[in-house]
Amino acid sequence: MADPVTTTTAAPSATAAAGLDIAKPRKQWQVILRRFFRHRAAIGGLIIFVLLILFIFVGGAIWKYQAADLNLGRYKAPSGDHPFGTGQIGDDLFAKVIRGTGFSMQIAMVAAALNTILGVVLGSLAGYYRGWVDSAVSRLTDLVLVIPTFLIAAVLSRGTFSTEEIARGGGASNWFQVAIILGFTNWMTVSRTVRGMVLSLREKEFVEAAKALGGGPTRVIFRHILPNTMDVVIVNATICVAQAVLLESALSFVGLGVKYPDTSLGLLINENQNELIVHPWLFYFPFLFIVLISLSVNFIGDGLRDAFDPRQKRVRA
Amino acid sequence: MLRYIVRRILISIPLLIVGSFLVFGLVQGMGDPLGEWKLQKPRSPQEIELAYQQTGYNDPFFERYVNWAGGFVTGDWGKSVIPGSGSKDVKEEVFHGLWTTARLVIGAEVLALLIGMAIGVIGAVRQYSIFDYSATGVAFVLFSMPVFCIGLMLKSAAIPFNDFLQSLGMERWITTAGPPPGGFSGGFGHQIGQYVGTFLLPTLSLLAIQFALYSRFQRASMLDVLGQDYVRTAQAKGLSSGRVIFRHAFRNGLIPVITVFAVNFGQLIGGAVITETVFNWSGMGRLLIRSINEKEPYMVLGVVMVTAIAVVISNLIADILYAYLDPRIRLG
Repeated sequence: MADPVTTTTAAPSATAAAGLDIAKPRKQWQVILRRFFRHRAAIGGLIIFVLLILFIFVGGAIWKYQAADLNLGRYKAPSGDHPFGTGQIGDDLFAKVIRGTGFSMQIAMVAAALNTILGVVLGSLAGYYRGWVDSAVSRLTDLVLVIPTFLIAAVLSRGTFSTEEIARGGGASNWFQVAIILGFTNWMTVSRTVRGMVLSLREKEFVEAAKALGGGPTRVIFRHILPNTMDVVIVNATICVAQAVLLESALSFVGLGVKYPDTSLGLLINENQNELIVHPWLFYFPFLFIVLISLSVNFIGDGLRDAFDPRQKRVRA
Repeated sequence: MLRYIVRRILISIPLLIVGSFLVFGLVQGMGDPLGEWKLQKPRSPQEIELAYQQTGYNDPFFERYVNWAGGFVTGDWGKSVIPGSGSKDVKEEVFHGLWTTARLVIGAEVLALLIGMAIGVIGAVRQYSIFDYSATGVAFVLFSMPVFCIGLMLKSAAIPFNDFLQSLGMERWITTAGPPPGGFSGGFGHQIGQYVGTFLLPTLSLLAIQFALYSRFQRASMLDVLGQDYVRTAQAKGLSSGRVIFRHAFRNGLIPVITVFAVNFGQLIGGAVITETVFNWSGMGRLLIRSINEKEPYMVLGVVMVTAIAVVISNLIADILYAYLDPRIRLG
């Protein structure tokens, strides 16, 4: 957790050696950024992540085939023309992976944003008000843990809701539905963590001072307490992104996730799981991209955690 | 202590009631469980009427829930709603699934916890060593992989291995269809072999992800504890480093790991859905998915209730363990 007071660090001796009398103090965010950019794994993760974004947008725009193109020749092994090979119906896997990566990222981002918002709001309410609010939030947490995510996914995807929508010829996009399901079922870690931090922060002097100056609960929570939890919240948000990518693929794997005409990396693997032995590329390329997304986000989160931690003296290689 | 346990169990009863009611509603929302049965072949209106009557689907929703809850408490968990020979007893099915899943999950989780704790402690004590870096790297890669991908890859690797064994004139050792229904056969050595061949792949694929998770938690909490004053005091008193690490630090560093373990364990007992699907084990997870697909309300409820009870019990045991590990934590 970061110190509530903005920390400044003395500039390195290099500046002093350059003949400057007064060392210019660094802002806290500058210190954090410096630490982050010295974290090699985190930088590696960030570069992969940026490349993946470029892959989705630039790759999708300039690649010669579309995901919907068929009859390009069945089961061609990866080659110059088809870098990731082709599938059963003569579809170009490279184009499909671009599209699937895009959908998987979209789902993960929406889900993680929802996880974080829900977790922060519920966690800070529970920690600030304690008493019955705290009990209510922790009972809600237990409830969400007890009801299987698969059941909620099944109800939303094949229940009365969606069949009516399909009959009407449209309805909410399926990827969005999956993102919402994941958003509502994976906020518990964030809320527990935030609750714990708020419980200790609410007893601090600066909170007392803010209250004494006449700050109401909303102001105290949002302007004084929550900014001090932001470091942990950001790290948790990256973990949520990585988890959402994996959960989405698991849902799609058992057939309760994304459905045609939307797609995702999990769905691509689900379609191709029986090809693993004979046409391994159909499995390994979507798999590789799931791992790349999840790994890069995990590394970024790890780098942020180290950068935010003021007790951290050594910068990790 | 006993009072604490009783109180904890009592306060979880409302959770079970609300949870089961919501699940009942969710399954109801999926549609008519007899829909497909009615379409399979022409059925007479009397036949359909009888089927609905037997399953209680003519009663109002709330009444049906109360009937189910009354039955559940007295040990009658209901039957699957499909009439005729397809109808199965929920309790029997759920306990069969539980037995299958528990055998897999208990072994895999205990192994994962032991390996994860060992790696986490070494990683924390020798922070920034080569061991620490490689353990961190492996852990990150492993928990960035979807469970089912690890399973599918293990499965595909087992095929050439089995082919190789067969070419040597041996049995195809590694199986991927769950424990044989009639139990293991043959002599003692043969049974052990069969057992390992059956459990190896699903255990490995559960282990891969879980040990990585536990090792990260153990490492983080050990680093935290090792930096504290009482550890320095213990070192300053001249205690051996082994004693400081295991008697002073390790005990307190266990608490976060136990929290994660308790949550995971409870949920996995309710079905390692993905692992069971990949390796065709007919455990709780596959029973849940199948019952959801068949819109079987009582079967889904049976699985969910057993899962919920497992979660409640494992959290309770975790809380009791906290108090044992750190006497400052009082139960009450």
